[in-house]
Amino acid sequence: LSDSHATAVDTAESHPQLRHHFADMEQQKNTASLGMWLFLVTEIMFFGGLFCAYLIYRLMYFPAFGAASQTLDIKLGAFNTAVLLISSVTVVLAVRAAQDGNRKQLVAYLVLTVLLGLTFLGVKAIEYKEKFETHHVPGPTFHFDKPFDDNGKEIPVDPQHAQLFFSLYFAMTGMHALHMVIGCGLFTVLTVLAWKGHYSPGYYTPIENAGLYWHLVDIIWIYLFPLLYLISRHS
Amino acid sequence: MASAAIPAKPTNYLTNGFTIKSWLLTTDHKRIAILYLISITLFFFLGGFFAMLIRLELLTPQGDLLPADTYNKVFTMHGMIMVFFFLVPVVPAVLGNFLVPLMIGAKDLAFPRINLLSWYLYIAGGLLFLHCMLNGGVDTGWTFYTPFSTLTNTNFIEAGLAIFLAGFSSIFTGLNFIVTIHRMRAPGLTWSRLPLFIWAHYATSLVMILGTPVIAITIVLVAVERLFHLGIFDPKLGGDPLLFQHLFWFYSHPAVYIMILPSMGIMSELITAFSHKRIFGYKFVALSSIAIAVFGFLVWAHHMFVTGMSLYAAMVFSFLSFLVGVPSAIKVFNWTATLYRGSITYATPMLYAFGFIGLFTIGGLTGLFLATLGIDVHVTDTYFVVAHFHYIMVGGQVMGFLGGMHFWWPKISGRLYPEGWAKLSALFVFVGFNLTFFPQFILGYMGMPRRYWQYPPEFQVLNVLSTAGASILAVGYLLPMIYFAWSLRYGPIAEANPWNAAGLEWKAASPPPTFNFDETPVVTWEAYNYDEIEPKELEAPVER
Repeated sequence: LSDSHATAVDTAESHPQLRHHFADMEQQKNTASLGMWLFLVTEIMFFGGLFCAYLIYRLMYFPAFGAASQTLDIKLGAFNTAVLLISSVTVVLAVRAAQDGNRKQLVAYLVLTVLLGLTFLGVKAIEYKEKFETHHVPGPTFHFDKPFDDNGKEIPVDPQHAQLFFSLYFAMTGMHALHMVIGCGLFTVLTVLAWKGHYSPGYYTPIENAGLYWHLVDIIWIYLFPLLYLISRHS
Repeated sequence: MASAAIPAKPTNYLTNGFTIKSWLLTTDHKRIAILYLISITLFFFLGGFFAMLIRLELLTPQGDLLPADTYNKVFTMHGMIMVFFFLVPVVPAVLGNFLVPLMIGAKDLAFPRINLLSWYLYIAGGLLFLHCMLNGGVDTGWTFYTPFSTLTNTNFIEAGLAIFLAGFSSIFTGLNFIVTIHRMRAPGLTWSRLPLFIWAHYATSLVMILGTPVIAITIVLVAVERLFHLGIFDPKLGGDPLLFQHLFWFYSHPAVYIMILPSMGIMSELITAFSHKRIFGYKFVALSSIAIAVFGFLVWAHHMFVTGMSLYAAMVFSFLSFLVGVPSAIKVFNWTATLYRGSITYATPMLYAFGFIGLFTIGGLTGLFLATLGIDVHVTDTYFVVAHFHYIMVGGQVMGFLGGMHFWWPKISGRLYPEGWAKLSALFVFVGFNLTFFPQFILGYMGMPRRYWQYPPEFQVLNVLSTAGASILAVGYLLPMIYFAWSLRYGPIAEANPWNAAGLEWKAASPPPTFNFDETPVVTWEAYNYDEIEPKELEAPVER
């Protein structure tokens, strides 16, 4: 059965979602979407500080960073990258379903997105656990064995510098995971509201804006993956 | 017209609900501005209290009033409160919040609930900071340089979190302003017709949303370094403390433009209104705000000339710092050119505007001294620097804020303030300010370092002058508090446009109704069309 809110025409004055200070739904939608884009700009600046710190230290201590990076599980990282890319597709499909007023599809895609997000976090937890077990977590118990090159010779790297890599690894992926957690919460709320028929082809801005947020978090991972996992993997 | 016995007074934003809840849960930008005004004023006087402690300690060469450690905490509290809880939010969150929608003919800001959220973030940050202060405070200086801030045994994490929250408050304010200015302008109000106050707030907001996230992540990094002993900035663990300074100043230098641009916007309104004249060179004044915001992001390392950074980088940063002088000078010249052949009224806001021009010019020119590599090396970390930035921040932002508060007080409160007292306080502020901070230029040039609780006896005369000036300044700041509060009850009722000023905000009632305008205005005129407004006598308001 069709969604009760998905009326054929959304007249400007009568729309229940129009807030008092806007002239019409179009102005409201444009305003919300500009606000979201600007928020994403602040997010980029926020992560920018981390990326800047990472790049400087990677330049300063490249051998140690390369050696430390080798200890990350490239398969799990690649799997997670794929999971996030697929979740971006489901978000786009959710927006599309909202535009079409297809409530069932909308709910399905939103649920799928949340599940993919949780999958990512689960894999991340496994990776973190492995780091704890191998004493790669910075702190008093930190331990890093000097790596060997192709000829079996020990590469002289300072464990302190490897520890710096792991510091940045946890700071960056941790901050990213925090954004994923927020995103999963956000999409859970949207799922409930979508289930209740809150959205219609005339009003789906929250879905669209949450989608923008999700894409940004994805893109950040797209940069994190090669920067953290793929240093000197050329052998 | 209905012939009721008592004509119903139209409700305005102040009379629309009297319960505490109607204030604490309001989404009306004007009420949120009042909430900010009250909370920011409290922080101003708290920061001022610490300033007085500093000045009293420096009255004598010996460290007799405060022990050295306490003195460190006192100047840290003074700096952090004044920068993060007063100077950054004061104009945007109070006057900007109140005026941006009014000036562009909108009913409210684009995101009224986020606006309220940003006040709550400010309050949460403020309370956390107070808690930290009452539990011993922090002794890192407001710049919390590493590795000291990761090693100090005072509770930096709590103070850092407080600043983090206040930072997000200003990010949301800036975001709200940019979206509002883009999307909520009244029909006909094109970009070239916007008041310059709006341009200045647009530029400020750009700095807020681009710079503040960087200080936020920097605070997070310092906090995790303290908590988990990560080695991001600590050289013992392979980190680089210079990286901290770069990240810190990447925000904190542009942030000084957050602490001057909004007042520059106020200046353009005051100068035009009280010389009853169009602004000279509208486009240049408007774009110079944007230019200051853009250049402001390219000069941060001039705070770090003595850190041993590359000399070539230092030369580039020095040159770029000089460039900021150009748009700033454009503004000063255009304001003075606006005065030329204007019909000038010496009302209190105009006195503050004149004060601003003089003090900002001194502050700006000494900024050029500091951008010069050789002189900077000589005066780094001396009172010369302290005097310079107080001339910009206090002489600029606070003078502008007070001028603006007097100018828009009739709009905000619906009452007129007592002009005589106001002029007296403007005089106190100007004299007190100069007496406080001019001697500090000389002290710094003679070599008195900042952040010391004692000094050689030959510096005492100038320090006594400075402390005396601070006392006069304090009176100058307390007076407006008293007569503004007095005028709420006893001040003459203000009409909609008591200054005969241009600008949409004066077309709304005083105080404005909750949704500002009964009908969305249609703008067909340029900003500051004073040649189309009949001048009228603006002498002392008549009691009625």
